Amino acid sequence: MLLIPCPWCGPREDDEFTFGGEADIPRPADPAALTDEQWADYLFMRDNRRGHHREQWCHTAGCRRWFIVERDTVTNEILGASIYGDSP
Amino acid sequence: MQFYSLPNLIRRGLRGHRDWTPAWRKAEPKPSYDVVIVGAGGHGLATAYYLAKLHGVTNVAVLERGWLGGGNIGRNTAIVRSNYLWDASAHIYEFSLKLWEGLSQELNYNVMFSQRGLLNIGHSEQEMRDLARRVGANQLNGIDAELVSTAEISKLVPVLNTSPDTRYPVLGGTLQRRGGVARHDAVAWGYARAADALGVDIVENCEVTGIRTANGRVTSLETTRGGIRAGAVGLVVAGNASVLASMAGIRLPIQSHPLQALVTEPLKPVFDPVVMSSAVHVYIHQTDRGELVLGAGIDAPVSYDLNGNFRIIEHVLAAVCELFPIFSRVRMLRQWAGTVDVCPDASPIISGTPVKGLFMNCGWGTGGFKATPGSGWVFAHTLAHQEPHPLNEPFSLDRFTTGALIDEHGAAAVAH
Repeated sequence: MLLIPCPWCGPREDDEFTFGGEADIPRPADPAALTDEQWADYLFMRDNRRGHHREQWCHTAGCRRWFIVERDTVTNEILGASIYGDSP
Repeated sequence: MQFYSLPNLIRRGLRGHRDWTPAWRKAEPKPSYDVVIVGAGGHGLATAYYLAKLHGVTNVAVLERGWLGGGNIGRNTAIVRSNYLWDASAHIYEFSLKLWEGLSQELNYNVMFSQRGLLNIGHSEQEMRDLARRVGANQLNGIDAELVSTAEISKLVPVLNTSPDTRYPVLGGTLQRRGGVARHDAVAWGYARAADALGVDIVENCEVTGIRTANGRVTSLETTRGGIRAGAVGLVVAGNASVLASMAGIRLPIQSHPLQALVTEPLKPVFDPVVMSSAVHVYIHQTDRGELVLGAGIDAPVSYDLNGNFRIIEHVLAAVCELFPIFSRVRMLRQWAGTVDVCPDASPIISGTPVKGLFMNCGWGTGGFKATPGSGWVFAHTLAHQEPHPLNEPFSLDRFTTGALIDEHGAAAVAH
């Protein structure tokens, strides 16, 4: 079980949260200008990293806000949490 | 290879069973191979076997980071079926099921394939309509499938609670009589033994740490046991597919998740078929030893951790107690997880890549075990001819660019 540090509510059990996949994948500003390869890359391709992973979580059963968690995907150690725009 | 047979057993028995040799050699890696397969799991070993057997390619190595069969081939819930919705999936899984039916003879190794039947139960009217649609699709593809009523289910599995008073009453189901289970470790061992006998080198404790390319073509692999040149490379590493692919600069549409399973203490035989319920999310069967094998769903977050979330266990056990009140006091012997490589359309990738000579067989997600023979068969063809067999052509990596996805979430996402 993961203890997710919500930046607004503090650490809570993971069943209060929804996992939102890899972070830092911005929606292309002009999708129509993309090639099929670039669109597929945005839509489907993922780093799926073993180790340090930046990911999105939503505190669904709490404050209902989205934020970023950094976690090691091998040990499940939580390395930190941040609000969008606060970190690179 | 020492042939396993009754006369041989008697002959060696009379000599005190002293001259049995190991089923396969512990090979040392050679500097160069025609084909190198990364991953000595079921799919990798099957690929090596069919390469040597059907295509005459015997200068082959299978590299394994850990030990043979220590990955998902030894962690799955051993279920075999072919009742998939779309033609592409139906064809490859049914081809696989036909190979299963002769596999013990083919390998001279008892994989304990037991066609005890496989029951998918439905709990809502919409689910029954979806199941009926899938049965129709299966029958059009020549796959045995039938709709069964609650009364028939009750006869097949008397310990299943089919009372209308349950929270999710059983409204009916589908039955694939040719479905069943196989001894998963034996599949890896059988393929390893047969491939080894044909000259394939199986190299354990050999982790691939880099993939070298020149002019867009794969040339060699860096491993913890030295560099190995390769004419062609097949990556068959399940949950670690993205990690290996990234060594060649390839991005995959795959996310890795833990998938858990549990085994109970042994009981007297109480039911024959595999029972799966997508709605309450459980699949269960009783092994030849009497244990109940229970499977659950994946953990939602991406993870390579091999423990899994306790909440998933709670969820699956709640479903079991609801469906089988008779099992409510059974104790669990052990629990484990494997890392599954899930594609967005719940279908595998058996394909070439942008790097020439580099091929991938991955993305089987939660349900790759049943496909082991067919997957190896088509991947061997792909490696030998450097192009896909018609059976795996739809499962290309570029379907994510063209949009020709094979959406099998209905048949694959819950029922593994």
